[in-house]
Amino acid sequence: MTTLSRPGLPTRASPRRGDRAFVLGTRGFGFLIIAILIGIGVVLLIDSWPAWQTFGLDLVTGTQWDPIRELYGAVPFIVGTLYTSLIALILATPIGLLTAIFLSEFADRRLATPLTFTIELLAAIPSVVLGLWGIFVLAPLLRDTLDAFLISTLGWLPFFAGPSYGFSISTAGVILAIMILPTIVSLSREVLRSVPNAQREAMYGLGATHWEVATKAVLPYARSGVIGAVILGLGRALGETMAVTMVIGNKDAVPVSVFEQGQSIASKIAVTFNESTGLQSQSLIAIGVILLAMTLLLNGAARLLVARTTRGPGR
Amino acid sequence: MTGSVVVREGTFADRLLAARGSRRKTIDRIARSIALAATIACIIPLAAVLLYVVVKGAGALNLDLITKPSKALGTGGGALQAWLGTLQMVALATLFAVPIGILSGIFVSEFAGNRAARAVRFASDVMVGIPSILVGVFIYALLVLPFKQFNAFAGGVALAVIMIPVIQRTTEEVLQLVPRELREGALALGVPTWRTTVSVVLPTAKAGILTGVMLGVARAAGETAPLLFTSLGSRLVNVGDLGKPMDSLTLFIYNGARSPITALNEQAWGAALLLLLLVLGINVAVRFRSMGGTRA
Repeated sequence: MTTLSRPGLPTRASPRRGDRAFVLGTRGFGFLIIAILIGIGVVLLIDSWPAWQTFGLDLVTGTQWDPIRELYGAVPFIVGTLYTSLIALILATPIGLLTAIFLSEFADRRLATPLTFTIELLAAIPSVVLGLWGIFVLAPLLRDTLDAFLISTLGWLPFFAGPSYGFSISTAGVILAIMILPTIVSLSREVLRSVPNAQREAMYGLGATHWEVATKAVLPYARSGVIGAVILGLGRALGETMAVTMVIGNKDAVPVSVFEQGQSIASKIAVTFNESTGLQSQSLIAIGVILLAMTLLLNGAARLLVARTTRGPGR
Repeated sequence: MTGSVVVREGTFADRLLAARGSRRKTIDRIARSIALAATIACIIPLAAVLLYVVVKGAGALNLDLITKPSKALGTGGGALQAWLGTLQMVALATLFAVPIGILSGIFVSEFAGNRAARAVRFASDVMVGIPSILVGVFIYALLVLPFKQFNAFAGGVALAVIMIPVIQRTTEEVLQLVPRELREGALALGVPTWRTTVSVVLPTAKAGILTGVMLGVARAAGETAPLLFTSLGSRLVNVGDLGKPMDSLTLFIYNGARSPITALNEQAWGAALLLLLLVLGINVAVRFRSMGGTRA
């Protein structure tokens, strides 16, 4: 985004009144976007303020969510959110990265374009439809195959202790992995493609194979951008609501095994917000603030990393 | 900046010569197959979801589903109120989001100084990243709580908040593609800047902006979370009463999927097929056009 590439016109030089009004008008709409963003943060903070006043940091560190005793702590949901996102990341990162390498380094242009298009289409499937599929297809399938296998082989580990009902942290993680794959693939591919060709040609000139070029010349160069793409996927996983709500099991407890039922921050808000009033409702908004802070931090960091590579020194 | 490779070049070249091709070629071949397998693994979920929605949805998609509203109690009826609701709330959202998105896109591309442009661009990047459920909570606080009534208007506004950054970014991007000479030509003829923008720049970028709007529409039509606390959902047909709760296809799917009643589960699949046809239809159409159009 350098000044050179922007075809914008000088505004201060135009003396006409129509121009002034037009520029002012569009600027108003530009700043409206900033205002909406600030508004979201401010409104969420104000509406959750009583909860922060009552519980302070206990909201972040408390392990119980008990509307009867009016005790609200976010730990089960923070753990549920991070746990599911971590599973998604572990599954989606290698697959996504290898796919991006395939699309940018191995595949023919004619093959890569429609394949990328198809994978990006996955991102267009509404989350609620994935959730529907998750409830009736994926959850029973995982319960009877992968879950059963892992419990019988690795069940002695606390993380893989059974039983599995299908609706669990792990199923939510798998659904999230599916949802963040397109993000990771298309961004990583973009980053890999922005690596200057001289970098590749130097390696090919030495007689290197495609794989060697990809791993030794391209990936190191694109590393920070690829990390950014993965973090952006993580950001998406943290805030994803519907599909997770539908398969996570909706149980307010700190999960240990991946087959336990749990609750993420977003799913807790989704299932409880309409039925709650007063302090519980304010506490729900408060955990929303926690979620907002988490996603904003991650997104900011990721954008920075991606921007740094795609803009890169080679261009 | 290619230093990192050049430095190690000597030793690596030695290794290249030392290991005679075959082992490295085998590794390359294996790596390629694994990468191909990963690519296929990315496509399997898409294929599986599409397959199930089409097969299960086709069985549930009939005239009743489209022409009848849900019954107040029990099973039977259809999803009339749901698709009517999606239509209305997405239309309302488009009404708000199109001017805001396009005009702010114009601002960033044409008039903003470097810092203002970066600020607006950053804001809309951040907005895309905000979990949509929090947009729902935000609009609930603004437009539901004060009136003590879930309402379709709030639903439309929540969807607009989702759409705005999509339209803003696409508008900005396509405006940047309009050649500078076009603007200069118009200005040289003495056309004021605003006329240049409205009658020269915008028409040139029309197709691209429409793409952004359609992608925004598809995104909004598929959203559920922002509607949970705003339009709430309803089993009644609501046409035009923005002060009352309203159903949407997504809410209909959500409620149907969680219902213990099999007949409602099946209706959810039918509605999912309708929704997918709408959302993927828009996506495929728009992307195909833009691939053949101004930019690859």
